[in-house]
Amino acid sequence: MTNETETEQTPEHVPMMQQILDNPFLLLFLGVTIPTVLYILWGVMEVASIPLAD
Amino acid sequence: MTAETVVGVGRRAAAADFRTCPYTGLKVDAAAQTLIKANAVAAVVFLLIGGLMGLLVALTRWPAVHLLPADWFYLVLTGHGANVLLFWIIFFEIAVLYFASAVLLNCRLPAPKFAWLGFALMVVGAIITNVVVLQGESSVMFTSYPPMMAKPNFYLGLILFAVGALIGCAIFFATLAIAKQERTYEGSIPLVTFGALTAAIIAVFTIASGAIILIPTWLWSLGLIGEIDPLMYKVVWWAMGHSSQQINVSAHVSIWYMVGALLLGAKPLSEKVSRTAFFLYILFLQLASAHHLLAEPGLTASWKIVNTSYMMYLAVLGSMIHGLTVPGSIEAAQRKNGYDKGVFEWLRKAPWGNPAFAGMFLSLVMFGFIGGISGVVLGTEQLNVLMHNTIYVPGHFHGTVVTGTTLAFMAGTYLVLPLIFQREIVWPKLAKIQPYLFGIGAAGISLFMMGAGTLGVARRHWDITFSDAELSFAHSAGAFLMMGLNGVFAILAALGGAIYVLVVVGTVLFGKKITAGHKLTFPLHAGGGAAVSQYGSHATTKLPGTIVLVAIFFVCFVLYYFINWKYLSELWLFR
Repeated sequence: MTNETETEQTPEHVPMMQQILDNPFLLLFLGVTIPTVLYILWGVMEVASIPLAD
Repeated sequence: MTAETVVGVGRRAAAADFRTCPYTGLKVDAAAQTLIKANAVAAVVFLLIGGLMGLLVALTRWPAVHLLPADWFYLVLTGHGANVLLFWIIFFEIAVLYFASAVLLNCRLPAPKFAWLGFALMVVGAIITNVVVLQGESSVMFTSYPPMMAKPNFYLGLILFAVGALIGCAIFFATLAIAKQERTYEGSIPLVTFGALTAAIIAVFTIASGAIILIPTWLWSLGLIGEIDPLMYKVVWWAMGHSSQQINVSAHVSIWYMVGALLLGAKPLSEKVSRTAFFLYILFLQLASAHHLLAEPGLTASWKIVNTSYMMYLAVLGSMIHGLTVPGSIEAAQRKNGYDKGVFEWLRKAPWGNPAFAGMFLSLVMFGFIGGISGVVLGTEQLNVLMHNTIYVPGHFHGTVVTGTTLAFMAGTYLVLPLIFQREIVWPKLAKIQPYLFGIGAAGISLFMMGAGTLGVARRHWDITFSDAELSFAHSAGAFLMMGLNGVFAILAALGGAIYVLVVVGTVLFGKKITAGHKLTFPLHAGGGAAVSQYGSHATTKLPGTIVLVAIFFVCFVLYYFINWKYLSELWLFR
């Protein structure tokens, strides 16, 4: 009986991937940061580094 | 982990005014319901305006008709883009966000007054932009590339609209947080809500990018900033312009799952696989924006290829997963419902007379075959030069936004009307044929524009005969035929769109009020409410029909992809 109670109270292991997918604000952070870095910042830096015509 | 959505255990649920839907068993917050109605009605109004403008564009580009003079053509084309690509779509998406959060999670919508403020800003912004476009002098196209300058209110209207939409997204995230805090569900949110979450995340990136570029452009139009660098503008603007269409993709894929669940009791084949596909969208889908800049000399091949090839293909992988799992979940549900004979009984005996199902399935097939395949071709740097700035490009995005998103949203409307407006659909016979008319019309528009683009017809061009040009140029007869057929199918799509608006307005105003015990004309599956709002997979691999459909898709994909490489090899000779 005691063992059963202990088993019920033991928190279930949640896989890391599911923890990520269950956290909307972490997903928001990833979904904004990755395109900001790979697309906007990298793209803007490339445009900014084009030398000006004399 | 046991990840099930538990219904009705909220501690503060009594603080809100709920009703229980008699068809799904879901608790519907009155504030959320009113906001869903308002956003859906506004969406349909702007679809009507934008759709009418689209018909005028198509009739002008039909060489034999050539309806509008040049200045009106560019004015109407600008209005068409803003109304259908932004206002119709995003109003509807905000309605989807409120439905997927408050309704599917049995939760109250927090801060409804704030949500109304967002709605008001969106309405005011959309009206300002429309007025200023119709006044003329702002015919800068949807993209509004500098150094073309619109009137300041053009940008101001878009900024106000974007701020309103951002408030809608904030309300969505707040609803998720409150639903978790008040324990209106346990474990993981339902898949449809997860798809809406994907759309909301992409929306935040989209709107932030829009603010970054539209605010300085507005200041430039006011004379407060001296210059906007055109290439810098293009890079940042497309983070908004293309990503806004990626919100659509996430939202309409959610609606595919929702329609399958509500009508057939379809559960995802695998929650993990479908969520991983949405996760790929969250990480990579926005990066497809770079394919608009593949012909720009100022950006390196590394930036272009990393964004459009490596990263975009991961998002395409997500779409292909959904392309398997959505029909797969429908097949699994239909077989469970008793349609288990042969390879395709599940598909033959699907509810094709229900406009929600017909619209959803047509959207699924045409988005994949037309919009999806052409998108990958356009996103390939080498192949892009074949069609860059031709009418192939609008052909592609009509394949995604019209046959994909708009048709899916229309399908979703046939569920929103009885479940949220609580009205029986008027003129059901018209409603039955509407998705077919609109779908076939939109597919024709997409295919014939793509065909004309392959023959070299430019996009955004008033006169393909070049009648006032000093140097004459004649397109092939095939190009003229394609543009004529585009006009014919635009009329068909407009007819389908008009019937949609008619049925929606008729239902909202005159539809029979649904009372207890009423049998819906287009019935739902008995287990639909549970299937759409609870975590759980229909784990099966017995999907012969889906496997055949997917195989046909892959054959078409590979053939079309390599046909374009063949075209390129003929143009780009190495000696």
